[in-house]
Amino acid sequence: MAEAPHIDIDKVAELARIALTDEEKTKFSSQLESILGYIDKLNELDTTNVEPTAHPHSVENVWREDRATSELPTSEALKNAPKQRQNMFVVPKVVE
Amino acid sequence: MSAELYYKSASELSGLLDRKEISSVELTQSVIDRTKAVDDLVQAFNSFDEENALAQAEESDARRKRGESLGSLDGIPVGIKDVLAVKDQPLTCSSKILADFVSPYDATCIQKLKRSGAVLWGRLNMDEFAMGSSTENSATKITGNPWKLDCIPGGSSGGSAAAVSAGEAIVSLGSDTGGSIRQPASHCGIVGLKPTYGRVSRYGLAAFASSLDQVGPMGRTVWDTAALLQSISGHDPNDSTSYRIDVPDYVQAIEQLKGRKWTFGLPKEYFENAEDTASMGPVKEAIEFYKSLGCEIKEVSLPHTAYAVATYYIVATAEASSNLARYDGIRYTHRAESFDAKDSVDIYRQSRAEGFGNEVKRRVLLGTYVLSSGYYDAYYLKAQKTRTLIRRDFEEAFRDVDALLTPTAPSPAFKRGAHSGDPLSMYLSDIYTISANLAGIPGLSVPCGYVDGLPVGLQILGKPFKEDEILAMGNEFESAHNFKNEHPSL
Amino acid sequence: MEYEAVIGLEVHVQIKTESKIFSGSRSGYGYEPNTLVDPVVLGLPGSLPVMNKTALDGIIKAGLALNCTIPDYCKWDRKNYFYPDSPNNYQITQYDQPICDGGFVEIEMKGETRAVMGSHRKVALTRIHLENDVGKLNHFAEDSLVDYNRAFTPLMEIVSEPDMHSGAEAFAFLTAIRQTMIYCGISDCDMEKGQMRADANISVRPVGQKELGAKIELKNLNSITGVKNGIEYEIKRQTQELKKGRTMTQATWRWDADLGRTELMREKEDAHDYRYFPDPDLMPVRIDDEWRERIRCEIPELPFDKQRRFMEQYEIPYSITSVLVPDWELSEYFESAAKKAPKCAQAIGNYVTNDLLRELSESNTALSECKISPDGLLSLVEVIEKGVITKQIAKDVFIEMFNTGESATEVIERKGLKPDFDEGQVKDWCQEAVDENPRPVEDFRSGNEKALNALLGQVMKKSRGKANPQIVQGLLKELLS
Repeated sequence: MAEAPHIDIDKVAELARIALTDEEKTKFSSQLESILGYIDKLNELDTTNVEPTAHPHSVENVWREDRATSELPTSEALKNAPKQRQNMFVVPKVVE
Repeated sequence: MSAELYYKSASELSGLLDRKEISSVELTQSVIDRTKAVDDLVQAFNSFDEENALAQAEESDARRKRGESLGSLDGIPVGIKDVLAVKDQPLTCSSKILADFVSPYDATCIQKLKRSGAVLWGRLNMDEFAMGSSTENSATKITGNPWKLDCIPGGSSGGSAAAVSAGEAIVSLGSDTGGSIRQPASHCGIVGLKPTYGRVSRYGLAAFASSLDQVGPMGRTVWDTAALLQSISGHDPNDSTSYRIDVPDYVQAIEQLKGRKWTFGLPKEYFENAEDTASMGPVKEAIEFYKSLGCEIKEVSLPHTAYAVATYYIVATAEASSNLARYDGIRYTHRAESFDAKDSVDIYRQSRAEGFGNEVKRRVLLGTYVLSSGYYDAYYLKAQKTRTLIRRDFEEAFRDVDALLTPTAPSPAFKRGAHSGDPLSMYLSDIYTISANLAGIPGLSVPCGYVDGLPVGLQILGKPFKEDEILAMGNEFESAHNFKNEHPSL
Repeated sequence: MEYEAVIGLEVHVQIKTESKIFSGSRSGYGYEPNTLVDPVVLGLPGSLPVMNKTALDGIIKAGLALNCTIPDYCKWDRKNYFYPDSPNNYQITQYDQPICDGGFVEIEMKGETRAVMGSHRKVALTRIHLENDVGKLNHFAEDSLVDYNRAFTPLMEIVSEPDMHSGAEAFAFLTAIRQTMIYCGISDCDMEKGQMRADANISVRPVGQKELGAKIELKNLNSITGVKNGIEYEIKRQTQELKKGRTMTQATWRWDADLGRTELMREKEDAHDYRYFPDPDLMPVRIDDEWRERIRCEIPELPFDKQRRFMEQYEIPYSITSVLVPDWELSEYFESAAKKAPKCAQAIGNYVTNDLLRELSESNTALSECKISPDGLLSLVEVIEKGVITKQIAKDVFIEMFNTGESATEVIERKGLKPDFDEGQVKDWCQEAVDENPRPVEDFRSGNEKALNALLGQVMKKSRGKANPQIVQGLLKELLS
C-alpha cells in the first residue's frame, strides 16, 4: 500500500455537519486514519469483474400500488418539534 | 414452583397462564418487582412504565378469561430495545439527540407483537444508535453484566441481554447489525438469534446500516426465542427489503427436526491461530457434543474472512452517515441552545455536536469520508465487491454442510473501559459475527459454558431463511445441558 | 465580435399521483401545512420508502413520449445534502442509472404571423430521472417555516443537452414539454402550483469558439414567460460584459420578474459533494418489453402529430389548429364533430375557436361542463350549411344552445327562427325592393356593385332577417340584369 491515508478532518466534519473542537479533530483524525490504515487491507484483493452486493438477497420491482393511506395528524407530526409556529417547523432564516 | 415467575421460561409461563394457575398481572408484577429490585445494579432499562405494562397484562387476562388467548406470548412481558418505534412511547436510541422523542407510530414488529398479546415492557439500553459492542456508548447509562457487574453486557443490545439474563424481562427484542444480538446474548448467558436479512421487517427500527440491520429475539431458552421470532417474522409491505417467503412454525420445527443427523462445518479461518481465543474451550466441547449425537463435523473454508471487518466498517459507516443525517435539530430532535442563526448551517453543526456521542461521531465521519468525492470507488464500491466474495464463501460452504459452528465472540465479557480509546480493537472483537450480516444469513448464539465465571456462547450460522434448522440445532444442545437454568446471582 | 448563447434546461415536473412517491400519504397542493405527512415524509426514525408503481409508469410514459430509451434496469441512489426542506437530509434519486436515457423534444418556434406555422426542430435530452420532491420553506423576517406537504411528491427531472440558443427556444421547449405532459395525463404542469419548475444553464461565447463559456445557473424562473425573459436578459447581460472585455465566472443568478432583471445569488462555491450511493432501502427496477409496450399503448397522439394530421385530414388552416391542439380536450371536442362531417370541418373549427371559446371564457365555464355537445354543434353547422338559417341567426341560436343545452333545431323551433315563407315570397320581396328603391337600382346598373347591399338590406328587413342573403343576392342580380 502507498502512503498512510490522510483525512481532511475539517472538510469531512463540514460535510457531516458536526462541529468539532480542535482536540476532537486531532483525536478523530488519528483514530480514523488508523482505521483507514486497517481498511486498506482490502486493496490486497483483486475484485475486477466482481459484482457489487447492495442487498444480501436482492429482488427487483418491489413496489406498492398508488393508493393513499392514513396520514399522521398534524399535532402528532409536530409534537416533537424543537420549535413550531402556525403548524410549521421553525428554522433559522434560510438565505438562498 | 421451582423458580420465581420472572425466571421461568415463556413456554412454561404460557402453560401456567393457559391453565389459569397464574395471571399475566401476577407475572408482570413479578417482573416489575424484580426490575425494581435489581435494575439499580444492572441498569438495563432506559425507561419503563409500570402502569402501562399492568394495563396490558389486565387486557391479556381478560382475553384469556374470554377464551380468546392470542397464543403462547399472550401476557408475557417482552423487553424492547430502545431502537424500535412504539406509538406514544419514547424512542431514544440511547442518544442525547433523541432524548425527548416520543414515537407517533409503531414499528411493524411491535404491531405484530401487540397482535400476539405480549406485554411490552420498558425500553432497553443499548449503544447509541446500536453502534458498539459493549453498551458503553450509551448516552443514558452504563449497563452491567448481571454475571459480573463491572463487566460489559456486550452490545449493542446490551440492555436487552442483561434484562433477560437478570429476570427483568422474560424475553426481549434486540437488533443486530454486526453481532449486536448474538454477542450480548453470549456475554449474558442467554439465547439470541439474528434472523436472515429480510425475515423480519425493519419498518420502525431506527436504521444504523440498512443493508445489515435485522430485528431479532432474545430469550433464556431456544423455545422462547423461537416463539418470539414467530410473532415478529414475515413479509411487510412497508419494508421493500423484507422477503416474500413463508414463515415456518419454528416451535413445531424444533420438535420435528429433533434427532436429525446434521452436517456441521467448522470454518478453518476461525479455528486456526485461535490460541488467544478464550472462548474456544467451551465451543470445542459443544462441537464434541454434536459429534457424540452422530452429527458429521467437517472443516470448511471461508477464504475472505480476514476482510470481513474492513468491509463491514465501510458499508456500515457509509450507510450510517446517511441514515443519521435526519437527526439534525430541525423536525424532532434535540436542537442546540446556541448556534449562529445567521449561518443557516450552524444549527446542524451545533445540534449534532451536542446530540451525538463520540462513537457515533467517529462512524458518521468515517462513513462521510468513504463516500466523499474521489473515494467512493476505493472504499464503498470496493467493500460492496468484497461483500460479494464473502457472501459467495458462505454459499460455497453451505453446499457441503447444513450449518457452521463457531464461537460467538473471541472472549467472554471484558471489563468496562478495557477498549476505550482504541476503537479498532473493539471492532475486531466482532470478527465471528460480522460476516453473517454481510452475507445476510441467520445466526444463533446459545450458551455453551463459562470462562472465568462468565458465560460463553456457541454460534450456529445457518443457510438463508433456515432459522428453523439452527433453532433445532441449538435446542438439541440446550436440552442436553443445564445452562438455561443457571442464572447470575444478583 | 459576434456572440452566441448556449442554453441547457433542467425541468422538474411533478407526476400526478394519488399518494406520494415512497409512502402512502396523499399528494396534493393547497392543503393546510403539514397535513399530508406520515413517518416517511417526515423522515422519522425507522421509516422506510416503498416505490409507487404509478410514479414509475408515469416517468416511463414521459420518457417514451419524449423519445427516450428506457433501459432494462435502473436503481435508486441517495444524494446527501443538508437542507431544512429535505426530511432525511438526503434525496432519493437516480445517479448513474436513470430510468430514461437520451431522447429529444420537438419544438416549434413562433411563425411570422399567427397564421403561419413556425419552424420545427429537435432539442436533445440528456436524461430523465425520478426523485422525491422536498418540502416548502416559507420565509419571514426573522426565520423560516417548513411545511412538508410537498415532500415526497413524485418528481421527474428532465435534463436537456446544452442545445438551445435563445429565450424563445427555451420558451418553445417548455411549452412542448408541458403540452406533452398534459396530453399524456402525467402532470398538469401548473407552474404556479410548482408542478413544473425550471432552472437554466446559460453561457455565452464568441461565434466560432468550440468551448462553452462560463456557466451561469439561472434560478427563480417561475413561469414559462419568466424563463424566456430571464434567459434573454441574461444573454444580453453576459454578452455586454464580454464585449466590455470582462470574463465571466461560474455563478448562480436569480431572475427577478418584478424588476425585470437578474441578480447574483452566489459566486461559484466549492463543488457540492453529494456522496451518492445506492439506496439500501429500495430494490432496483427491471423493465421488460411488455411493460414498455403497455405504457406505449397508453400514449395518445402527441400535439404536433395531431396538428399536422388536422391540417392534412380536415384541411383546416394552421391558425385554427394552433388554437385547438394545445388544448387536448378542445381538440378532441373538435374532432368528434369534424370526423362525422369532414366537409364542415372548417366551419366547426371556426365555431370552436371563436364562438365556443368566447362563450366559455365569458361564462367562466370549463369545456367539460359545456352544454353544447360536439353533436349539437355539428347540427348547427349543418342547418347553416343547408341554408335553413342564416349565419347571423345562427349566432343567436348558438348562444341559446350554449345557455340551455338544446339542439339547434329545438332552438329554431322554439324561437320560430325558421323561415315561414317560400322562395316565391322572397322573389316578391325582391321585386318590391327594386320597385321601392330606384336610386340603388340606378347605381347598381351604372356599375356600383355595392349598391346591391342596400337592396339586400331591404329584403332582409322584410323577411325579418330570415332570408338567406346569398339566395337574395342571386335573385336581385337576376332581376337587375
